[in-house]
Amino acid sequence: MKIKLAVRALALLAAAVVAGPVAHAQDASNVRGMAATCANCHGTEGRSVGSVAGLAGMDKANFAQQMKDFKTGKRPATIMHQLAKGFTDEQIEQLAGYFSAIRK
Amino acid sequence: MALHRREFLKWMSAGAGVGALAGCAGSGGPSAGRVVVIGAGYAGATAAKYIRMWSPDIEVTLVERNGEFISCPLSNLVLGGSKTLADITVGYDGLRKYGVNVMRDEALAVDPVKREVRLASGTTLSYDRLIVAPGIDFTYDAIPGLNNAEAQSRVLHAWKAGAQTVALRKQLEAMRDGGVYALQIPRAPYRCPPGPYERACQVAHYFKTAKPKSKVLILDANEDVVSKKGLFMAAWNGPYKGIVEYRPNSELLDVDVKTLTAKLQFDNVRADVLNVVPPHGAGAIAAKAGLITANNRWCGVDWLTMESAKVPGIHVLGDATLSASLMPKSGHMANQHAKVAAAAVIALIKNQPVNAHPMMINTCYSFIDDKTVVHVASVHAYDAAQKTMAVVKGSGGLSDKANELEGTYAMSWAKNIWADMLA
Repeated sequence: MKIKLAVRALALLAAAVVAGPVAHAQDASNVRGMAATCANCHGTEGRSVGSVAGLAGMDKANFAQQMKDFKTGKRPATIMHQLAKGFTDEQIEQLAGYFSAIRK
Repeated sequence: MALHRREFLKWMSAGAGVGALAGCAGSGGPSAGRVVVIGAGYAGATAAKYIRMWSPDIEVTLVERNGEFISCPLSNLVLGGSKTLADITVGYDGLRKYGVNVMRDEALAVDPVKREVRLASGTTLSYDRLIVAPGIDFTYDAIPGLNNAEAQSRVLHAWKAGAQTVALRKQLEAMRDGGVYALQIPRAPYRCPPGPYERACQVAHYFKTAKPKSKVLILDANEDVVSKKGLFMAAWNGPYKGIVEYRPNSELLDVDVKTLTAKLQFDNVRADVLNVVPPHGAGAIAAKAGLITANNRWCGVDWLTMESAKVPGIHVLGDATLSASLMPKSGHMANQHAKVAAAAVIALIKNQPVNAHPMMINTCYSFIDDKTVVHVASVHAYDAAQKTMAVVKGSGGLSDKANELEGTYAMSWAKNIWADMLA
């Protein structure tokens, strides 16, 4: 049992080393591209230079909750309720993760 | 080579030849590839910055014939009198900190086989990937009376922001109270769908405060208001009632420049200030590079990469593209094209897979007066079955009504998007 587990762990590790980083890098670059769609209004990398709020360094759960509240209409908005509907919940989680990892 | 970053940047901004940069990227290490970008507007400048920001080992040379960026969005406020040209002008120096080699020059020819661009200065640039972001050029063939330089200096377009914007404002200022300003709009697709209607509002705003007996006459070649119809009609029937008159199906057949008369199919309309937005297509270099695919005007692209549907190795961005369904020719959209292209160009140079699910957002704010604003917005995602960008179902929409809060958001938008492309 222990050996079996160890073998499986090794196999997983090997898979991660061979395929993982490539696939992971690809996902990361796609999320980066999606996050860049926000920059026109919220600043490059979410660092706003205008009166509209920046997104850089936002708490992940807070970001996701606000986007979901825009989507359902719970949080009123001029435009974000219309834009939030363009993103799936999974994409919202990815954006939340991306912006929370950027320093303000 | 032991150049420090600061010295390297100084050396580049001093205008060192691009040939000397071969094999040497901003980091001082070997270059992964060379990208040339033609045109530093909303599309080209963004692409140049984002390629360098995301991949500093790729050399980027940006060729632009103007010394500064002047924004088309907000330029109608110069006509309305609440902004000056200086307010909507941004320099290109900010791009140098990303190591973009900004060259003030003009691309005259492209050789897609040798992968070279020939410039007006005589310099030839070679590329691994070329980005063509030339904006638009006008075609006057269908308007004989306007088909000469002198006529074009009297009947202005002001559809590229700059000297024409200032000149049109001067014509409006010189006009007598009680005069008629007529704006003729070409058939869609044209640059900035809500732009002409915003312009009518801005001129009406100026007249209402400074020349209240004057009129704004919209001569639209289209059969109806192309964008934000309800919101603009509310302004023309509300604060601008009695000032703005809208006439659909008003295709322009010719212009008599001497009398400032627009000749339409059933009518001749005399104006005191005549402003014609002529039919237009992709900027001239697109045709020279063999990129035109539709209606003799626009450049079809693969929406996964923004690569030309016709010429490999060349990506086309912004207003020059054959727009996908419900995709406006806007500065905001051009910026979004640029980011998809930047990611794809990096991936293609490095033999990595391109993003199979690119997304784009559009937001267009229009100023009704000097403070209140209306928007239209949409989210677009790649549709693999149709091989195009399509609006995500349920996304997007319009303002309920003109409001001041969105006026502040629109100004913030301008600050952020100008920084996103140029700082």
